[in-house]
Amino acid sequence: MDFKYLKEYLGWLYYQYLLITGIYVLEPWEQSIFNSVFFSSVAMVIYTSYAFVPVHVRLALNSLVQALLCH
Amino acid sequence: MARTTAPVPNGKLNIQLNGNNFKNANCKKNGYHNKAQKNSTAHSAGPPSSRQRFQRPESFENPPMYVAVMTYLGFGIVTLFGYFRDFLRAVGLEKCHIAREREEQKNESEVSFLNIPLAKPTRLVIQQFHLQDFVPLYQDFENFYTRNLYMRVRDNWNRPICSLPGPVFDVMERVSPDYNWTFSLTGKTIDDVINMGSYNYLGFAENDGDFLKTVADRTQQYGLGVCSTRQEMGNLAIHEELEQLVATFLGVESSMIFGMGFATNSMNIPALVGKGCLILSDELNHTSLILGARLSGATIWVFKHNNMQSLERLLREAVCSGQPRTHRPWRKVLIMVEGIYSMEGSVVRLPDIVALKKKYKAYLYLDEAHSIGAVGPTGRGVTELFGLDPSDIDVMMGTFTKSFGAAGGYIAGKKELVDYLRSHSHSAVYASAMSPPVTEQILRAMKCIMGLDGTTVGQARVHQLAENTRYFRSRLQEMGFIIYGNDDSPVVPILLYMPGKVVAFSRAMLKRKIGVVVVGFPATPITEARARFCLSAAHTKAMLDQVLFDLNELGDDLCLKFSRRKYSPRPQQHNNNDDTDFELDS
Repeated sequence: MDFKYLKEYLGWLYYQYLLITGIYVLEPWEQSIFNSVFFSSVAMVIYTSYAFVPVHVRLALNSLVQALLCH
Repeated sequence: MARTTAPVPNGKLNIQLNGNNFKNANCKKNGYHNKAQKNSTAHSAGPPSSRQRFQRPESFENPPMYVAVMTYLGFGIVTLFGYFRDFLRAVGLEKCHIAREREEQKNESEVSFLNIPLAKPTRLVIQQFHLQDFVPLYQDFENFYTRNLYMRVRDNWNRPICSLPGPVFDVMERVSPDYNWTFSLTGKTIDDVINMGSYNYLGFAENDGDFLKTVADRTQQYGLGVCSTRQEMGNLAIHEELEQLVATFLGVESSMIFGMGFATNSMNIPALVGKGCLILSDELNHTSLILGARLSGATIWVFKHNNMQSLERLLREAVCSGQPRTHRPWRKVLIMVEGIYSMEGSVVRLPDIVALKKKYKAYLYLDEAHSIGAVGPTGRGVTELFGLDPSDIDVMMGTFTKSFGAAGGYIAGKKELVDYLRSHSHSAVYASAMSPPVTEQILRAMKCIMGLDGTTVGQARVHQLAENTRYFRSRLQEMGFIIYGNDDSPVVPILLYMPGKVVAFSRAMLKRKIGVVVVGFPATPITEARARFCLSAAHTKAMLDQVLFDLNELGDDLCLKFSRRKYSPRPQQHNNNDDTDFELDS
């Protein structure tokens, strides 16, 4: 039962996404192009943040601590 | 610096000080308060009745910031896809549906035209002529917006209807196989769609045989067409009767009627003003007023919408510096405003404008296209709404298209003005006179409103419209939509902002059998797309409740309730009994 409501809710969320970005007025193949470009860039952002942000933060903290210790 | 003169009394000294920075000063000059204010605050100048009127604020609420950002984002993405599709069309991967030039006209080749055997000098001349290209007929970028956005969603406009556009009507169903480039009618109709788009303010768009009996009689008597202009052989007795009635209705000396409302403005303003005159026109004036102003050749200065400080600044500038190069005084200064602005639903600040015009000796042209018949306790327009004397307004103009269910326009005022227009107006000399059935329709509608036909139907309709307006506006504000305009105006724009939502709204409302008009970019600013509801006295409370219920559901479904004001939900206090007293402040 819950899955039906969940699906409906997800469908409504997708509809909101279509309306807000203005994709609603485009033809289906243009919507697919935009969705693929958008979601691939979002995926790349997520991957980059997962792979690099901890390393960068650790290095930044190290250099900050060293700078504080030197003084 | 020693002062040798006696100290001046306090009042005068104040004026001296404030004269230097009058923009920000809070001084009282000649009874006119010069406060810095926004459009929406209450104003306390003018006679007491107008002060009461101004207690009803006009709201132009701003949406949250993310709404504006998302609107621009939506337009940006669709523009990008527009460029992409234009590229595909230019390359040839996609068929171009709109009008374009023929290939032969774009680039003339010299070889094909030299097959004619001619003497040498003539051949050289022809050769040079044909080396030039033709000037392109179509500028492709100009209709970029039309091609790439409007065509995609064209099914929301120009829907064919197949019944009388009364409070309910029938819409013909159409489908499009190629994304709205072409349409085909399925043959089915969508019946009993509630009509929220027609300017049917008093419900005179009706085809009941009883009401239209006099129209049928007059058609028998006078025929259908006039086949002449007013000045030649088209001046019928029925026209004179209508002009007398319009003058009595408005409380002025004399009036003249014209066959077309748009032409009333665009053909008569050139007769009133010319070169060397100044026109001060409101920012949001209708195209007919702008066209008339441009055709006249007068200088046009635009003041911010309903903003009296802007208008006064321009008036002072006009009086002080005169015409642009010669600095002679202007021959005439004409202030052009409308009674109700149809895109915003705002009402003009008439008492302030009349006070300003008297102070600076300017003339006032009031276009009451939407407000005649629709506002005021007895339907006489904004003059009655504010309790002003009609002789204060120099030129009163209006149309019969909206509240009277006919077509045409009138100009009313002093007898000298109207007599002048009878001989000098382009419309009187060259345009066909009003057709007799239309004239009789206006006569019967006006007699009904004035009560001259012996019934109280007209008054009941005016009251019903006022009641519908107040009910609808208050319920919409409670629900949380952003509405523009004055609480008295029967034109209700609901702001939708994003292009996707505008389109989805219109389609969803038609699916629920409500016909609405949505307006987008060229007619409104780019971030303020809206749906415009025009209330009618013919709408019953059940219809309004149905519309409000659907609006509520759609507002939740499409997330349209942007208003950040808090309204307490009040109990049902509007009921079907006629205990309405619109004189009370709500």
